[in-house]
Amino acid sequence: MKQEIVQIHSLEYLTNEILELTFISDYLSSVAKPGQFINIRVGDNFPLLRRPFSIFNVEGNKISIVFNVIGTGTKVLARKRKGDTLDVLGPCGNSFLLFIDDSFDTAFFVGGGIGVAPFPFLTKHFPSHKKIVTYLGGRHKKLIVTKGLKNIKISTDDGSDGFQGTVLDLIKKDFQENDYGKIRFFICGPTRMMKAVANYANTINADCYASLECDMACGIGLCQGCNIEVIGGERKYKLVCKEGTIFETKTVWL
Amino acid sequence: MKESFNLRNVEFKNRILVASGTFGYGDEVPDLVDIAKLGGIVTKSLSMKPRDGNPSPRITETSSGMLNSIGLANIGVHKFINEKLPTLKKSNSTIIANIAASSVEEYCSVLELLDGQEGVHGFEINVSCPNVKEGGLSFGTDVKLVSLITKELRKRTQKPLIIKLTPNVTHISDFARACETEGADAVSVINTVIGMSVNINTRKPKIATTTGGLSGPAIKPIALAKVYETCNAIKIPVIGIGGITSWEDAVEFFIVGASMVQIGTANFINPATGISVVEGVKQYCEKNGFDDVEQIIKSLQTDKTISIVDSWL
Ligand SMILES: Cc1cc2nc3c(=O)[nH]c(=O)nc-3n(C[C@H](O)[C@H](O)[C@H](O)COP(=O)(O)OP(=O)(O)OC[C@H]3O[C@@H](n4cnc5c(N)ncnc54)[C@H](O)[C@@H]3O)c2cc1C
Ligand SMILES: Cc1cc2nc3c(=O)[nH]c(=O)nc-3n(C[C@H](O)[C@H](O)[C@H](O)COP(=O)(O)O)c2cc1C
Ligand code: FES
Repeated sequence: MKQEIVQIHSLEYLTNEILELTFISDYLSSVAKPGQFINIRVGDNFPLLRRPFSIFNVEGNKISIVFNVIGTGTKVLARKRKGDTLDVLGPCGNSFLLFIDDSFDTAFFVGGGIGVAPFPFLTKHFPSHKKIVTYLGGRHKKLIVTKGLKNIKISTDDGSDGFQGTVLDLIKKDFQENDYGKIRFFICGPTRMMKAVANYANTINADCYASLECDMACGIGLCQGCNIEVIGGERKYKLVCKEGTIFETKTVWL
Repeated sequence: MKESFNLRNVEFKNRILVASGTFGYGDEVPDLVDIAKLGGIVTKSLSMKPRDGNPSPRITETSSGMLNSIGLANIGVHKFINEKLPTLKKSNSTIIANIAASSVEEYCSVLELLDGQEGVHGFEINVSCPNVKEGGLSFGTDVKLVSLITKELRKRTQKPLIIKLTPNVTHISDFARACETEGADAVSVINTVIGMSVNINTRKPKIATTTGGLSGPAIKPIALAKVYETCNAIKIPVIGIGGITSWEDAVEFFIVGASMVQIGTANFINPATGISVVEGVKQYCEKNGFDDVEQIIKSLQTDKTISIVDSWL
């Protein structure tokens, strides 16, 4: 893990609402693993704390993240320009790669909204003999990012793209219509959606691994601010930033 | 240029420490910070038994600051001694063990366990803990209890004993005087300021405990005023804490009267803040012709004609 000042290579709109920011880092591009995040100091003094972002893609020495403008930090980030510098710290957290083994045939990637972020990088590094199905859910079309993904199935709340309904309804329908063999879920998105998908995974006897999100002050295990309650075990809580962000959903209270 | 500072025969390389609860046990950031360059490390508060801490959410950002309700989550003193101290000893840094407890007896037992450890150079006592016997009221807001804790701990150690005071009282100087009287070697000023923040959409508090501890740049002016008040009340050294993010902030605390400073929240943003503060303070002194940091301490230039009593807001 390192703290670096990097240069922004580009900032582009992927949809009307979602931006992709690319910067150059020899270090991060060589060590980062799918599912890990980087902690970005978006402004000098404002906002005060860093903001964590999943690694969306790595290409050569370029790293990119995606975000939509929802608050103070992303507003500042959206105003950056090519050539500006950025203070980044990472890579942080564990990787989805830890949870890939021989005990499943098909991976269901489930991304809710901006929760799609870790999946393109994961797609790139996923064992080629395994099948991937990518389910994307969003409120509407402008929140759906498909770049770098494989075998995509889309759901939107308003039906502006793909299936109309929740991503879980889409998964259920698809699961009934097809034979995917032994399935493992890899999910990221709003907690409510992850909870629903994790419950469903349980009912069909599939393992489910979720990348959790919570407010973080440090992202590296210093503050103890990012606790998640674990089910069973000696300790009541684990740290999302250091012991996650990816957990088997059966082991934590979502 | 002399940067070091001596407290009860313990030599601190310089006067910049990292604050309790903001740097883990000193072993989280070996890739990011050369901890041997810091004046010292104050550990996360240690209690007798491990503590889980409070439910989530525990933190939220506020204007130029953050609120936390970690609830003193820590691995417990035994695990600290067995698993953390051996590595810390090798790091060539000065280690101050911070102690939290829910009874006077627990403070004493934890200190006794640590006092025999050669890797522990001194103690900082977190009195902002709920006193279980008194229905959970903080020890730190009762002068008699702060006196008692200081007195009992003083009997049990010859190492530096620092009492960390809470700003959430009417006159922090009363508490500082009590510590001085009972034999403390220094006081740390300040712990976090009670604060609150609400999500207006859900109308829920943003942290699970409703109120929590405010830290970061937002509290720096409060901390400076409390350090000022304390320095004018006692002769033992005061360690300034609160909102320091740069060497300029640290120098401000020195001028007001702090003999050392601690950096807290800033570590979350830049874990190497302490190192840059050490460098910056050194350069400031050299540039201004001071050959010992001591020369800027309590060097505040005040207009003597206006006393505190007369200066109505
Ligand atoms: C491990 C991890 C990875 C992340 N990856 C990404 C990513 O790839 N892309 C991305 O855009 N964001 C990501 N986030 C969230 C991101 O860190 C910021 O919290 C988010 O971008 C909002 O920051 P802000 O400063 O703009 O909003 P703030 O000013 O902090 O918040 C504004 C409002 O939005 C709400 N809010 C904050 N965060 C969220 C959220 N995640 N979902 C819903 N409401 C929220 C707040 O409660 C507040 O009311 C990630 C978070 C974590 C912990
Ligand atoms: C997340 C967090 C955890 C803290 N934990 C402790 C602790 O365990 N013991 C303690 O004495 N102070 C603790 N503090 C208080 C700090 O040591 C410091 O006194 C306070 O944050 C003010 O300094 P700052 O503004 O530089 O952060 C904590 C502060 C924060 C932000
Ligand atoms: S965010 Fe600080 S410990 Fe996880």
